Amino acid sequence: MTSRSQTAAAVHDRPAHGDLVDERIILCYYVAALTFLTVSMLAGILMALQLVHWNPLNGVELLSPGRWRMIHTNAVAYGFLANAFLGTLHWAVPRLTFHKVASRPLSWFIFVAWQAIVGLTAIGIIVGPTFQDQPWLLDLAKQWRLPMNLGAQGLEWGETPFWIDPVALLGLALVAVNFMVPIGRSKGPMYVSLWYFMAAFVWTFLTYAMGNLLPEYAVAGTSAGAIGGLFIHDLVGLFVTPLGWGLMYYFVPILLKRPIWSHGLSLVGFWGLAFFYPLQGIHHFLYTPIPMFLQYGAVISTIAVELVVATVVINFFGTLGKKGSEFFTNLPIRYFYTGMVFYFITCFQCALQVTLTFQKLIHFTDWVVGHAHLVMFGVFSLWLFGIMTYLFPRLLGRPWYSRTLCEYHYWLSSVGLFVMFLDLTLAGVFQGWYWASLQPWDASTDGSQPFWITRVFAGLTMFAGLLCFLFNLWMTWRGAEAAERSTSQFAAAAT
Amino acid sequence: MFESKSGIFFIAGIGFFLLAFLGNGAVPMLMYKDRHEQTAEEVVNKKVLNQFADLAERYPEQFRAAFGEASAERCAEALRLGRQIYVGEGCWHCHSQFVRPVSNESRRYGPVSKTEEYDNELQRPVLFGTRRVGPDLSREGGRRGNDWHAVHFYRPRTVSNNSPMPEYPWFFDGGPDKPNRRGLALITYVQWLGSWLDEYPYYEELAEVKGE
Repeated sequence: MTSRSQTAAAVHDRPAHGDLVDERIILCYYVAALTFLTVSMLAGILMALQLVHWNPLNGVELLSPGRWRMIHTNAVAYGFLANAFLGTLHWAVPRLTFHKVASRPLSWFIFVAWQAIVGLTAIGIIVGPTFQDQPWLLDLAKQWRLPMNLGAQGLEWGETPFWIDPVALLGLALVAVNFMVPIGRSKGPMYVSLWYFMAAFVWTFLTYAMGNLLPEYAVAGTSAGAIGGLFIHDLVGLFVTPLGWGLMYYFVPILLKRPIWSHGLSLVGFWGLAFFYPLQGIHHFLYTPIPMFLQYGAVISTIAVELVVATVVINFFGTLGKKGSEFFTNLPIRYFYTGMVFYFITCFQCALQVTLTFQKLIHFTDWVVGHAHLVMFGVFSLWLFGIMTYLFPRLLGRPWYSRTLCEYHYWLSSVGLFVMFLDLTLAGVFQGWYWASLQPWDASTDGSQPFWITRVFAGLTMFAGLLCFLFNLWMTWRGAEAAERSTSQFAAAAT
Repeated sequence: MFESKSGIFFIAGIGFFLLAFLGNGAVPMLMYKDRHEQTAEEVVNKKVLNQFADLAERYPEQFRAAFGEASAERCAEALRLGRQIYVGEGCWHCHSQFVRPVSNESRRYGPVSKTEEYDNELQRPVLFGTRRVGPDLSREGGRRGNDWHAVHFYRPRTVSNNSPMPEYPWFFDGGPDKPNRRGLALITYVQWLGSWLDEYPYYEELAEVKGE
């Protein structure tokens, strides 16, 4: 550990914030992230309307809900989360390491390339199937037995068309280099956030390579299923989760102005997650022909990681300690801790639903969809909203136009999400029993209607929250007079 | 080691990832490595050929323009294209292809899925599925006629009351009696699903779907 005098010396030679952080690129990443989030939520609403027979655009090829459902998931993972994470890393990594990223031109190249990758993925998914019927594609498929799809490929989050996969891999490698250089140059033991970031750069690249190459080009059938399960699992566990927690370890102590409660628990949390998280891929395909002993292994590791998660959450609530009132007064902190509560619910739910007993009933139902929304929106999106709420005033150099709109954003997002989660979880239980009872299939789709209608409105509530945020951001950006005097610390511009 | 760059990079980053890949990926790969992966040509069987010929008979002009004759070779081509459409349109997001040994699924759909059913190039990546808004399709072949499927793709609610499935008019040249190449390929693909089993679950008594 660094001694007190060394710390003092380090603070003394600390380079200026302006030399370290390129604020413009963060703003650009955030704008891209919010754009893709808007697209993604509109796509989700389209699919939700389809299920309740309210889709006014039924039968329009380029607006097919089947294709837009993939835009929904891909735009969230690669458009919103990845962009928002990359932007925030441009703030956090240089400030943590006291070193600039490897190269600013490279940063901009990555930014442009990543938007091209996500944009082209979307275009491929939407337009690809229309032009699928090409003789050369069928020849490739016949000669090389490759599943050549101009549009989506048949793996969740691996839908990225085959002609984009190599570019995306190159992009991820460049991201790793760009941020690993400042981490490598930093001296002494690394802070917790950097453990998570560093591991995430390695994991994301490896995970993406595994999922987008092996099941398409190397293996078919059951073993491809095992790898597919590992891929979709690792993408949440080894890309989104470590970046998310790394940022929490960075922002929470800064906002609360107190250190993380227990360094030991931080160690347990990181190494426990690193060891157990990747071992669980097969739990997505229980009761498949994948060998049973592998399924049991995945179930046990999943239950093990919930214990690890508990230590992380305990550590953060220990950090909050007697400053509990910050939860009510400090909006970013409220976002962060709401996300942590949702994270704990998600993981607790995981330990139950991963068992074979639960799987019998809930596999293939909306229960799983509810779980996915709780993780991706309830945890990571809320955290990123909190970070954006904290950083935008600093990046733009002026307080939020309206604190009330920030509050609306929080309440509409978190309440809408929680209603959606409860609704879909319950729907899943009903669907599972409809199916097992051997009633005609219509019984399950008709019986789901009340839940699906509720889900439409829950989704619209979350979207309304986003619109509040976008309007607030627009007004703040163009420098409109603040609508009300703000006394809260979060709204103050950077010093 | 626990807080050093090399420890995190090599042990957590690369080491743990590889360990998990060995257990969760390499073990099943090695267990099944000697299984023969069938080509689309090899999975064409009497039953699906019969359905393919039925399509040629039912929609002669459309079929001639799309595939020419109802040969085994053209059938394999239709299966490949059909699978590409099935994946590209996201059918597999609402329809699984995997009958589980629990929850009475073998009573609803037919025999529980086995590994050998997935050893073919049309399962790259494997289409176990992720959600069932509609029913499992891995035993769908032969359950319904080609004309039923054509009408159903064109406007699902015509034949399936209150179905939330989207409409796919772009598989047709103007009407449900005129499926185009994409439509014919997709119908062939759906009729192939489960046709490798000895018996169709419901209609096994009908000689024409058994291909005899």
